Amino acid sequence: MHRFANPARFLRLSAVLLPWCAGATVILTILGLWFSLFSSPPDYQQGETVRIMYIHVPAAWMSLFVYTNMAIAAACGLVWKHPLADLFAKAAAPIGAGFTFVCLVTGSLWGAPMWGTWWVWDARLTSVLILFFLYLGYMALVNAFDDPQRGTKAGNVLLLVGIVNVPIIKFSVDWWNTLHQPASVVRMGGPSIDPSMLTPLLVMAGAFTAYFLSVVLLRVRTEIAQRKIQTLRLSVAGDGTVHDGMRG
Amino acid sequence: MTRKKRRLYMLGLALLGLGSATALALTAFQDNIVFFYSPSQLQTQQVGDRNFRLGGLVEEGSVQKQPDGVTTAFRVTDTAHTVDVRYRGQLPDLFREGQGVVAEGRMTGGVFVAREVLAKHDENYMPPEVSEALKQAGVYKNPAESATKTAKKE
Amino acid sequence: MNEFLHMGGYAAYVWPAYGIAAIVLLGLLVATWKGLRDAEATLKALESARPARRRTRNAGRKTAEQSAGTPAEASEG
Repeated sequence: MHRFANPARFLRLSAVLLPWCAGATVILTILGLWFSLFSSPPDYQQGETVRIMYIHVPAAWMSLFVYTNMAIAAACGLVWKHPLADLFAKAAAPIGAGFTFVCLVTGSLWGAPMWGTWWVWDARLTSVLILFFLYLGYMALVNAFDDPQRGTKAGNVLLLVGIVNVPIIKFSVDWWNTLHQPASVVRMGGPSIDPSMLTPLLVMAGAFTAYFLSVVLLRVRTEIAQRKIQTLRLSVAGDGTVHDGMRG
Repeated sequence: MTRKKRRLYMLGLALLGLGSATALALTAFQDNIVFFYSPSQLQTQQVGDRNFRLGGLVEEGSVQKQPDGVTTAFRVTDTAHTVDVRYRGQLPDLFREGQGVVAEGRMTGGVFVAREVLAKHDENYMPPEVSEALKQAGVYKNPAESATKTAKKE
Repeated sequence: MNEFLHMGGYAAYVWPAYGIAAIVLLGLLVATWKGLRDAEATLKALESARPARRRTRNAGRKTAEQSAGTPAEASEG
């Protein structure tokens, strides 16, 4: 694992991966939009609003996927003091928050005409809202300390505490009576969704994953650069200009 | 090496503690997390004269528009028990017979008077032609089946 | 075409859903891109200022302060 802990090695690896991820994002997005807007049928009950699903459900999957990865990174950061793991969690947080926001808003736009309400406090919706606040809380916490090391540590602890929310979100629709319907794709007995609608869903999920990888690579690169800037500033501060180092 | 191991064990223990605390809390709050009661649950649950939510399927053939034009009467069923519902106001687009519904209101003289009616859809998605074909082939899965499962779970 | 935009009467829900997703994802990409460019520019400026600082180190504190202050200010914007 420590093979990838070396920032220089990571930068070289990311330079190789980035064009592929970016290319996959563009191709899968075009393909996904084609499937979800043109080449898929309306639903027998929900009509054309089913097209909101092709944004809503992949965004929901990503919100859980990104959080889980951040929590794994947090564990690596806390136990093995893995510097890149900390940077990854910090870099991924705004993307995860963005996906969660998209999931909440599109869900609201879907619920308004179909359920008859923009929002209800059922177990599924509430637990996803908590996930959104976990992302925001982590981002605020990491930047709340003068010493970035302490901020990262506090953030990592929050990420690990918040991981209990992930299975709660996934199984809330099975454990309790909710207004939200049960799972359609990842469930016992296979998907209960027609192949003509499953295709756009999976292609969009692929597009979102490729997008996440591309943006997170760019953000980790930014974090590495910022870490270097900080080190340089501190060494400058060590030479006598203390106030400059404090400001950075 | 030992320090790393100790951190790992501490992390594992902390997560275990956190997990069991959450599980206990969720079990304790079970009733409050329930978004709605099914007609069967109403038989055993004492709801009294307070607002609560009733969930189930709109019974086939039970929807009646009242003469005043804004009131709808229908029955909510989970196939084991049914409850009469009355509602004044606009119904959501997905409200139809045989489909899921969640109504908020209170029991008044044996009738559930709803203040708000929300539609609940199931996990099945298919094009209209497929649902027609399934119906003709006789393998169409009625949404009522999933409601029966919910009722039996309780 | 009109029928497509109409979305079976649900245009007011379907199009905002796609629009908001596009705004959030593209906005995040642009912000990330700008952040990376700024950080790399600052880093470059700091690194090129470094040898100069070393030379001025013994020449007096005033000069060191000035040369280190400039790139820091550039990144604050």
